[in-house]
Amino acid sequence: MSEVDYSVELSVVEGRPGLREIEDLITKPLESKPDKKFFIAISITLTMLMIGVIGLGLTVYYGIGMWGNNNPVGWGFGIVNFVFWVGIGHAGTLISAILFLLRQKWRNGIARFAEGMTIFAVMTAGIFPLIHVGRPWLAGYLFPYPNQHSIWVNFTSPLLWDVFAVSTYFTVSFVFWYVGLIPDFAALREKTSNKIKHIVYSIFSLGWRGSNKHWQNYEMVYLILAGFATPLVLSVHTIVSFDFAVSIIPGWHTTIFPPYFVAGAVFSGFAMVQNVLIFVRKIFNYEHIITIDTLEKMNKIILLTGTLVGYAYAMEFFIAWYSGVQAEQFTFINRAFGPYAWAYWIMISCNVISPQLFWFKKLRRSLVPMFIIAVFVNVGMWFERFVIVISSLSRDFLPSSWAYFTPTATDFAILIGSFGLFFTLVLLFTKALPVVSIAEIKAVVDGAQPTHKEH
Amino acid sequence: MSEKKLYSYTALFNTPDEIIHAVEKVSEKGYKNYDVNTPYPVHGMDGAMKLPPSKLGYIALVLGLSGMMAGLLMTYWMSAIDYPINIGGKPIFSFPAYIPIIFEITVLFAAVGTVLAMLLFFFKLPNNSHPLHGTNYMKAVSSDKFGISIQVDDKLFVKEEVINLFKELGSTEINPVYYDEVEINYKNKIFEPKFIMFLVVAFILTSGATYVTLNKLMFMVPFDWMSNQEKVIPQSKSMFYSDGFGMRTPVEGTIARGHIPYPYKGDLEAASAMPNPLLPTKENMKLGQQKYDTFCSLCHGYHGEGDSRLRGQFPNPPSLHSEKVRNWSDGSIYHVIMEGQNIMPAYSSQLTNDEKWAVILHLRALQRSLNAKETDLQ
Repeated sequence: MSEVDYSVELSVVEGRPGLREIEDLITKPLESKPDKKFFIAISITLTMLMIGVIGLGLTVYYGIGMWGNNNPVGWGFGIVNFVFWVGIGHAGTLISAILFLLRQKWRNGIARFAEGMTIFAVMTAGIFPLIHVGRPWLAGYLFPYPNQHSIWVNFTSPLLWDVFAVSTYFTVSFVFWYVGLIPDFAALREKTSNKIKHIVYSIFSLGWRGSNKHWQNYEMVYLILAGFATPLVLSVHTIVSFDFAVSIIPGWHTTIFPPYFVAGAVFSGFAMVQNVLIFVRKIFNYEHIITIDTLEKMNKIILLTGTLVGYAYAMEFFIAWYSGVQAEQFTFINRAFGPYAWAYWIMISCNVISPQLFWFKKLRRSLVPMFIIAVFVNVGMWFERFVIVISSLSRDFLPSSWAYFTPTATDFAILIGSFGLFFTLVLLFTKALPVVSIAEIKAVVDGAQPTHKEH
Repeated sequence: MSEKKLYSYTALFNTPDEIIHAVEKVSEKGYKNYDVNTPYPVHGMDGAMKLPPSKLGYIALVLGLSGMMAGLLMTYWMSAIDYPINIGGKPIFSFPAYIPIIFEITVLFAAVGTVLAMLLFFFKLPNNSHPLHGTNYMKAVSSDKFGISIQVDDKLFVKEEVINLFKELGSTEINPVYYDEVEINYKNKIFEPKFIMFLVVAFILTSGATYVTLNKLMFMVPFDWMSNQEKVIPQSKSMFYSDGFGMRTPVEGTIARGHIPYPYKGDLEAASAMPNPLLPTKENMKLGQQKYDTFCSLCHGYHGEGDSRLRGQFPNPPSLHSEKVRNWSDGSIYHVIMEGQNIMPAYSSQLTNDEKWAVILHLRALQRSLNAKETDLQ
């Protein structure tokens, strides 16, 4: 093992499977009836979703007075959850776009799934600003269309930038995902013997023929989309951070927020993708496609972004002291030792300390420890948003208006429901579409590309 | 009908090396109308087929730039031209704050537009009626085989030669592909009763859903919030007061804003001594013109000549340019506006005090325009 030949690229897919073998393996969940385990899983997630639906129903009927929001803390769980879920989505685009531009072939096995999770996470995130505005059926006014008020939206507001950023992000992610699916739909169309499925796949494959004249443009468009998605994904969490950074609340009004938020988003997103993939590769026997090497590389990214996030926490403290602004200094001391110290220390131990365990190769490569660490990361990242939103708002400039935020049952119901929605969509996805890109995996199997010998 | 129309001859190969070699040979022979079908993009195929580089990059550039311009123009027009609003004392057109919006629109245009351009115009998709569809060849090349298909419409196409070439290259399977009879003789089915029924049903469903949403749903709990409030609105009943009226009469002696009680009721003589308190400034003249056009011009006409569009339907209103009116004092005209004269009703409540005086200023200007003095020329 000590002798590693770095001149030869390691194979991404282990065991050199045949092309047809890969196709059969990936399409198997689509062609077999869901088993008992699937029904147990989906009944759990649907129950969670129903709890959320009840919470949403109460919120819509009685209004957001059902939440724990109070006077200084106007942004409660609604915004915490929004930032959390948008962040989860970022890993998908990072894997599918940035790693594509960096020519990281190991992304091929996990890109489709991560992109799917991006779309579901953004859908889940989208609920929160909608219900946060109080009357979601009037949310259409957020878009600049000629309505009966004959007035336009405020383009200088970061909240409006959010509307544009998140809706663009969703649209482009969806297009990216669909473009990747077209060749797979064509493969499914040719493979299936079921008439109805054949019609459905024909419609979605658009009549793709695998023509090389098409492949050439297709690869080009994939590159262009990756090129656009890269600045887009960076812009989305930057703009989400502007919601905070552009205001003047101490603890929010800092220039470190955009890079800090983007790193945090990638951090939590990778943890979530890793968590779900560990199950997927086990249940569907994808161990040789989503290899332990791939998971190790993801863990390295978790380690990197976790360290970046830790650096940002430290730097916030330093700048608060260095700036000499009293309110800023108070906010950070208050975060660590005030009424929300419990949340702060959960955040620090989950986000800064736990990923450091990934320095050990053994932990990076064994499933149970990496799963537990990634769960910690997700918990920690949710608490990071909680600390940022709640602790800053609950004690702002005026001590006379300070108040402690206590979430209500409705808050928790909606939080549980958001997980229910996300995992229900993920489960349906595993049964409805190939969770690994067939064409992309075929292209990186050993022997799939010509050797270019002279004939 | 028995004679099927040939589309192409196809050959299948097992490995990527074989297909690259085969394609190089085929393009060397000078064939133009052929295609290669593979389950995934094979590296080096573009070179073997001698394809020019993809032009999609330029499309993306143009679309991105037009998205950027669209975003810039949209934000500029909406916030600086159509409805300028002062937000926090910032410039009406705050370009730096619009950059995020412009950037997002740029990305949206470029990404969605490029994909649509590729699918619809470059590939001519969706196309499920291509002759290659539904063949065993298609089944093989979308799974694990690599295929090449030389079309009949190629200038060099000779059946035997193509088959021999494929055999030489070591193909495992050589097959002809024919046009699908049904698809060639396809007729448009728009006017079939089934389709028309579908349109009718779609129409009814759409309009019904729209009607229910706009006229029923928006008046149901909780979507009617704020339109249904427990408060007294004008003309409504109220059990709170003994007389049952929701609206209350003002306290004795209350004066509405802009109105002053008129002390010269029925006394033209006394009223004629009132001077006009307004100076003929630009704003006052403008206000006067506006109010004159709204309230007076219907009968007296825009120029005060009594030639309005109502002439002939009522007793004709007198011209305001007569000797008599010109010699009236401002106070006398004010009195007429206040109390009316002959068939003219009183305008005491329609116009505020200042507006009445402004109308008189405008009237004086009108009179002056037809009876200018010598000195006006200087």
